[in-house]
Amino acid sequence: MHFEYHVESGDFINAGSTSSAVKKTLKQLNVDSNIIKRTVVALYEAEVNIVAHAYKGTIFVDIDQDAITIRLVDEGPGIPDIDKAMEVGYSTASPSVREMGFGAGMGLPNIKNNADKMSITSKVGVGTTVEIYNKLQ
Amino acid sequence: MKTEKETFYHALEFRKDLCMGCSHCMMKCPTQAIRVIDGKAELNPNRCIDCGECFRTCPYGAISVKQDDFEKIYDYKYRIALMPSVFTAQFPDKVTYPQIYKALLSIGFTHVYETENSVDCLVKPYNEYIAKSEEKPVISSFCPAIVRLIQVRFPTLVDNIMLIKPPMDTTAMYIKKIFEDQGYDKTQVIHLFKIREEPETMEHPIRGDGAHRVAAAKIAGIKSPATEEASLISGVINMDYLYNRIYKEIKQKAFDKDNDEENFVQMSKQSLYWSLTTGEVRIVDTPHKMAIDQINNVIEFLEKVENESITDIDFLELRACYQSCAGGVLCAGNKFMTTDRANKRAHRSSPNSVENVDWERYADYIASNCLLEGKVEPRSIVKLDDNMVEAMKKMKRINEINNLLPQVDCGICGSPSCQSLAEDIVQNDADIRKCIFIQKILQQNDKLGLPESINLMKQTWGVGKLDKNLVQEIKDEIDK
Repeated sequence: MHFEYHVESGDFINAGSTSSAVKKTLKQLNVDSNIIKRTVVALYEAEVNIVAHAYKGTIFVDIDQDAITIRLVDEGPGIPDIDKAMEVGYSTASPSVREMGFGAGMGLPNIKNNADKMSITSKVGVGTTVEIYNKLQ
Repeated sequence: MKTEKETFYHALEFRKDLCMGCSHCMMKCPTQAIRVIDGKAELNPNRCIDCGECFRTCPYGAISVKQDDFEKIYDYKYRIALMPSVFTAQFPDKVTYPQIYKALLSIGFTHVYETENSVDCLVKPYNEYIAKSEEKPVISSFCPAIVRLIQVRFPTLVDNIMLIKPPMDTTAMYIKKIFEDQGYDKTQVIHLFKIREEPETMEHPIRGDGAHRVAAAKIAGIKSPATEEASLISGVINMDYLYNRIYKEIKQKAFDKDNDEENFVQMSKQSLYWSLTTGEVRIVDTPHKMAIDQINNVIEFLEKVENESITDIDFLELRACYQSCAGGVLCAGNKFMTTDRANKRAHRSSPNSVENVDWERYADYIASNCLLEGKVEPRSIVKLDDNMVEAMKKMKRINEINNLLPQVDCGICGSPSCQSLAEDIVQNDADIRKCIFIQKILQQNDKLGLPESINLMKQTWGVGKLDKNLVQEIKDEIDK
C-alpha cells in the first residue's frame, strides 16, 4: 500500500497529521502496538523537522506485510554536517521555534532510536531525504 | 441481556417498544457502536464502552439503565448504602446532608457510607505507583468508561492504565474491616448497595463487581481477582431513582436539618473533591499532571498522547462525563449546580477532618490491598482483521467503497458515517445500496427499481416512516 502526504513549512499547527494518519492505518492493520509507537515517534520527529527547517516536503509511505518504509523528501537548506546533526543536543533551531517546544536537538537521534533502519542523504541548498524502515512482524 | 464470553456486559438497555429509530444515539456514539436496523437502534456490545452518551441524547427515553430491584435490600440484615458524594450535591441547598442521611436510613438502609471515604488512604499508593511506573503518563482507572475507551480505541495505551482500585472498592474493604473490628453478627452477610451516577459499575472493566464479576474479570484479563471485597457489593441502585425516592421521603417526613447522628462521617477536602474534575490531580505530587473531562475531549487528547506528540506528563486524570461525576448520566441535578454545591461543601470541610475514624490502621490495610492484579487487555475495535494481509485487503476495499460514497454522513443508510458504511459492507456484508445517493445514481441509470429502493429503505427504517398511505396528507401539505 502506498500513501503520500504533503507537509508545509512553518505549519506547526498541523505538524503531526501524517503521523496520526499513519498511526490510524497501522492500528487498522493490527500491527503490534510497540511497533506502532516506535514508527509514529520516528515519523513525528521527521515530520516536524520538515515543518521547522525545510521549505516544503512530501512523505511517501509504503506498507506491505513485512515492513513499513517511510521516505521524507524535503526541499530546504539541507544539512551541512549530518554526523553533527545526529549528535544528541545539537540544534540549529531558531529561538522562536524552541519556544514552541521544538528544536531541542533530540530529533535525528530519536528517529534513529525508533527505527530498525534509518538513512539520511542531504545536499546543501537543495534538500534532505530521510528514510525510516521498520519491520512490522 | 445475555453475557457472552467475548463481549462486554452492558447495563444499557435499548427498548424496542419505545425506540423511534431517530438515529440521535447512532450519531452521538463515540465508538460508532450503534446502527439503525428495521427502524430500531441496535447496539454492538463489542464496541460499546458504557459511556452513556446515547442515554443522554435519546429524546424518547428508549434507553434505560438496568438496576437491581430496590425491594431486594430488605432481604438482608446489614443493608449498607455506598453513596457517591455527588448524590447529596444534587439536592437544593435547603436540603441538608443530615436530612439525606436520615432519609436513606428511613427508607431502609441500616448504614450509609460515602464512596470516597477511603480517598485519604489512596494518596500514598497513588503517588508511589506513579513514581514507580515505567509507562508514562499513568492514566487513572477511576472512570470505567475511560478504561474501556482505551481498551477498544487506544489499545497501545492499555499498559498506561493505573492498576489501583477505585475508592468504591477500597471503601468497601474499609467498611468490612470496621464491621469486623466492631463485632457484628457473623451469621449474616454484609450487603453493600452502590448508588451510581453512570450506567457502568455493575462490572468495572478491570475490577468487576457482584454477579458479573467473573465475566468481567475474564474480559479484562485479570488472572486472580481478589473476590473477597468485590463480592461485598450486592446490588446497584440508580441515582435518579434514589433521588426521587429520597426527596419524597424528606418532603413527607420533614427530618430535622441538623446533624444528630453519631456515625455521620465528615470527609476530608480531598475526598470531597475527588469525584469532581481535578479531584485526582489534587492528590498527585508531580507537577506534570493533567485532568480532562468529557468523552470527546478525552479522545482528542488521547490521540495526541498516542502519537507521543504530548510528552512529559506523569499522570492523566480522564473522566468520560463533562464536569466528571457531577455530570454523570444518572445525576438528577444540573451539572453546574451540582459541582458548585460539591465545591462549597469541600471548601467548608477541614483539610483532614476524619476524626471519627481511626485512619492510621485502616490506611495501612487499604494501602497494602489496593493494587489490582493482572493487566488490562486491549480489545481493539480499530483493527480490520487479526491477520495483517487480510486487514490490508479489507482496508483497500473499504477505501475503494468509501470513494464511491457521498461523504455526507447523513446516516440514512443506518450507519453513522460513510466510512462506517464502507466498513460495514466489508466486515458485515452490508449492502452498498443502503446509501440513498447510490440508490439515486442507480435509479437514474435504470439499475434499481422503485420497489427495490423502497425495500432497502424499509430494511433500515422499518415500515412506518415509509407508509404510502400518507400520500394524501403530504399532497395537501404541498398544495397549501
